[in-house]
Amino acid sequence: MRMSKRLSVKTKGILTVLFVILMALLIAIADRKASDYFVLILNLIAINIIFAVSLNLINGMTGIFSLGHAGFIAIGAYTSVLLTLPIEQKEISYLIKPLIYPFNRIELPFLPAILIAGLVSAGFGYLVAAPSLRLIGDYLAIATLGLGETIRVIANNAWSITNGALGLKGIPAYTNLYWSWGWALITVVVIASLVNSTYGRALKAIREDPIAAKAMGINVFSHQVMSFVIGSFFAGVGGALWAHLITTIDPKSFTFVRTFEILIMVVLGGLGSISGSIIGAAIYTVGLEFLRVLESPFKIWFINYPGVPGMRMVVLSVLLIVLMLFWQRGIMGRNELSWDSIVSAFAKLRRGGKA
Amino acid sequence: MSDVVLKIENLHVHYGSIHAVKGISIEVKKGQIITLIGANGAGKSTTLKAIMNLVKKSSGRVHFQGIDITDKPTHSIAQLGIAMVPEGRRIFPNLTVYENLMMGAYNRKDPDGIEKDLEWIFSLFPRLKERLKQPGGTLSGGEQQMLAVARGLMTRPKLLMLDEPSLGLAPLLVKEVFEVIQRIRDEAVTILLVEQNAYGALKIADYAYVLETGRIVLQGPGNELLANDDVRKAYLGVKG
Repeated sequence: MRMSKRLSVKTKGILTVLFVILMALLIAIADRKASDYFVLILNLIAINIIFAVSLNLINGMTGIFSLGHAGFIAIGAYTSVLLTLPIEQKEISYLIKPLIYPFNRIELPFLPAILIAGLVSAGFGYLVAAPSLRLIGDYLAIATLGLGETIRVIANNAWSITNGALGLKGIPAYTNLYWSWGWALITVVVIASLVNSTYGRALKAIREDPIAAKAMGINVFSHQVMSFVIGSFFAGVGGALWAHLITTIDPKSFTFVRTFEILIMVVLGGLGSISGSIIGAAIYTVGLEFLRVLESPFKIWFINYPGVPGMRMVVLSVLLIVLMLFWQRGIMGRNELSWDSIVSAFAKLRRGGKA
Repeated sequence: MSDVVLKIENLHVHYGSIHAVKGISIEVKKGQIITLIGANGAGKSTTLKAIMNLVKKSSGRVHFQGIDITDKPTHSIAQLGIAMVPEGRRIFPNLTVYENLMMGAYNRKDPDGIEKDLEWIFSLFPRLKERLKQPGGTLSGGEQQMLAVARGLMTRPKLLMLDEPSLGLAPLLVKEVFEVIQRIRDEAVTILLVEQNAYGALKIADYAYVLETGRIVLQGPGNELLANDDVRKAYLGVKG
């Protein structure tokens, strides 16, 4: 039989547990030994995974073309910072208008701040989804883009809450590898189990044909709203982690450019594939750092390269265009990486090697 | 009167300024095959869509088993027991055949009944059983049509509405589709069938309505219409 052997559920379970333990070990080692720069990149990868996987739930799985992710990241970031920022720091920061009650009296630990940030973001997600999901296709994309920008503009002008354009500084650097990768794991597990449930199957059915889904008795609207709210929750969590990693935020951090960055990760990995989003987030984050070389001067043999600021974005864009030309559906398409597919890929390699 | 499953009274539908359905009244009796026949643009599909509230009704009322469903949302109408097999099949191409069928059973909470209905569907459409793990989009046109009907049946409907099930199928398959529709009726599922294939539809119909430009111009038992000279001339291509 040439048919590839399928692994038993037990083997897969053991492999998964081993994989998670290995990852945890690597993170523990990186946390102690690696340079600050390397740790920062690892943190950014994890946070981008949270952003990409949550946007993929909305855009890829449910087929709602949302362009408002940056808005929910902003809400998560601001909410968590308002809760964790030390009271003295709040007194120093708010120069133009003092911070309103109750935030000027609150100083919470990180975990409740993250959870509240996620919930507030989910709440806003509901408020945005309920009216805008009455629209479809391009109109929905434009509406969510506008609403995302609206959130940023409000942040820019609500001086007594967000400190307006001055932004917030001195945010406690709570985010470490355990927080970021821990939440990345939670995000992936929650969204993957959702997608693989009958509920997730209904989401996919809605993506493929909303009218046929309605005719099957699926409440398309409530399913879409639910998906949007869950996606917004994790965007808020990611925003909270990001704020406490970078330690300063201002409204400019949350323009629609950020939404498009995440969209690139999702499309690069494959719209509708969770493992694709993880791979896309990792490639995009690492790639952007690798290409930093292009912005500093260097010399190859006789050629002096002066180093052009912003060059990495140009090169990255070209690389992405080339990539999308060859892999139109992204690296993973709609497929998922599984132990079965890894084993059969290895088997193929070995057969190829012998032949 | 209680054997009337679906009752449409004086239905009007407009697409913008176009008056597509001009006051149609239909009664569907339990356990029967009712068919709407007529040419393109007669308003047959629009009537089905209006029943499901997929298009907006201008006026008129629709009752299903005594319940007024005129203004209910589509998914609630489906949950009450009307399954619509839409024109052009509209299966979920990236879901497997099994997943497509399970979407039909989405709101059901009787695993035993689902299992039993699956067996029944495999007896109606043996081909689907062979292709259970294939994505729906990889099936042939005829198989997709079978899947669309099967998916509708998985909702365990009291009324199954079929929109042009024979469209684009090879003649042999068309015959098969009409045979299957009869077998479904024999399992006490009421059927409302919209067809351009007037001959095939009238042959199996208990009662038929002929639609022309949004109006009912003729109605009667299927075999009676089959013998009607006007029908023969207009729809069956018999020169008279």
